[in-house]
Amino acid sequence: MIVFGYRLPAMSSLILWALVWEIVGRLGLTFFVPPLSEVVVTLFSVIGTAPFLKALSETAQAFAAGVLAAVLIGIPVGILMGKSRLVDELLLPWVNMFLSAPLTALVPVLMVLFGFGMKSIIITTTLFAIWIIILNARAGVLQINRSLVEMARCYGANPFQAFYKIYFWAALPEILGGVRIGVIRAVKGVIIGQLLISIVGFGALFELYANNFLMAHFWAVLIVLFAMAFTVSELLAYLERRVSYYAASR
Amino acid sequence: MVMPQIKEVVDVPGAQEADNAVVARGISKTYGSVEALKNLTLEFPRGQLTSLLGPSGCGKTTLLKIIAGLLQPTAGEVEVNGKPVTGPGSDRAFVFQDFALLPWANVLRNAAFGLELRGVAKSEREAIAEKYIAEVGLKGFEKAYPHELSGGMRQRVGLARALAVDADVLLMDEPFSAVDEQTRRKFQEDLLNLVKHENKTFIFVTHSIEEAVYVSDQIAILLPRPSRVSEIIRPADLRHKNVDNIRRDPEYLDIVDSIWASLRSYVE
Repeated sequence: MIVFGYRLPAMSSLILWALVWEIVGRLGLTFFVPPLSEVVVTLFSVIGTAPFLKALSETAQAFAAGVLAAVLIGIPVGILMGKSRLVDELLLPWVNMFLSAPLTALVPVLMVLFGFGMKSIIITTTLFAIWIIILNARAGVLQINRSLVEMARCYGANPFQAFYKIYFWAALPEILGGVRIGVIRAVKGVIIGQLLISIVGFGALFELYANNFLMAHFWAVLIVLFAMAFTVSELLAYLERRVSYYAASR
Repeated sequence: MVMPQIKEVVDVPGAQEADNAVVARGISKTYGSVEALKNLTLEFPRGQLTSLLGPSGCGKTTLLKIIAGLLQPTAGEVEVNGKPVTGPGSDRAFVFQDFALLPWANVLRNAAFGLELRGVAKSEREAIAEKYIAEVGLKGFEKAYPHELSGGMRQRVGLARALAVDADVLLMDEPFSAVDEQTRRKFQEDLLNLVKHENKTFIFVTHSIEEAVYVSDQIAILLPRPSRVSEIIRPADLRHKNVDNIRRDPEYLDIVDSIWASLRSYVE
């Protein structure tokens, strides 16, 4: 961004918003927004405590397991849908429906089916992430250049070789884009799971702080969560840029 | 299923039969109600370059893909070295109009990709690929990626890949149509050298009359509605002349003119 001829470093707009936050907090307009400085101080006091670390590990485990399942199931299913008309016709309506469905409403059903434990939370996380991963992998495979597919057949690739030597790589830019959005949705999924299914992890912390009007604590945990989601998303965006050089020339 | 039959009668003199690397017999191909090819019979002499020339929509690429085994004919059969074609095979290699290179792999891996799919060991296939990369004039570019190369250089990689698998028959689908004019001329000269030295059978689809006459031993002119071979031209004398003089040779010009005369009514 360039302002009055000066080039500002990336994300410098955040400084402005931090300032606004601090001023609004200092004015004492609402208990809901404590000053940012107070939130940051709370953040550092909270971050090493046992309840926080416990919440972090519970959330990270559910999140990692949920995302892993979404990726391991979603990518092959998406590629299969892109390659097979039959599978596509069978699954596409469901994928589209679940992508736009209010998944939160499904959580009580999951609780009945899978109980009130970690399993339901992981499944909720997976359900939030998987549909966009499937759709993107499918879109990636559908746009593979026809002659690449013919080249694979001509030079004698068996279906397995075509899958992991060509289709996966040719669809990789779209697949990574799907995983990136899926991961962001999974953050929502894991927190909703922890709020609705069993009060554990960050969900429990949010519940605790909100009920006791500990807004500085509430915002501190939210910032930690946002920073983690942002880091994962940026990491995937970096990988995406690594392969984007061939996205235009397939 | 077509039951194996002994065909005694072939509508060409038997003496030529042994010299054909590829024979297409009675090929028809329909897409729904559209006839792409109708009862087409054509022979491709071994060690020579045959061009399939015609206006767009005459089914020349369809025929090439049927020979490649990528498409199944609705009727008729293709034989390569006397064996009927049921699908793609290692006796044929394909050069694509849009190159069909792996954009995430460097020149060396792309050129060796046909061998990689066949399970040839890495060191062996890379040695073979390096030889053909040098042969097509890309020595020093082994580590480059396709997006770093010009269109002409990419097609040279495609050619190296096709040569590396050492197939008897090279199928080329308008290979020079996506490269610029000067590069194309150089390519055509190089192609003549390849035909002379590689002892392979080339089947070459083009829409350029000049290109077909310049490079071909045999030109099959395909006409649409209904699709068929209307004429076979053998510019035999041109092949013994110096490549530098072909384009101003009277015979070359006569053939180009006569082909244009028979094609012009089909061009809108």
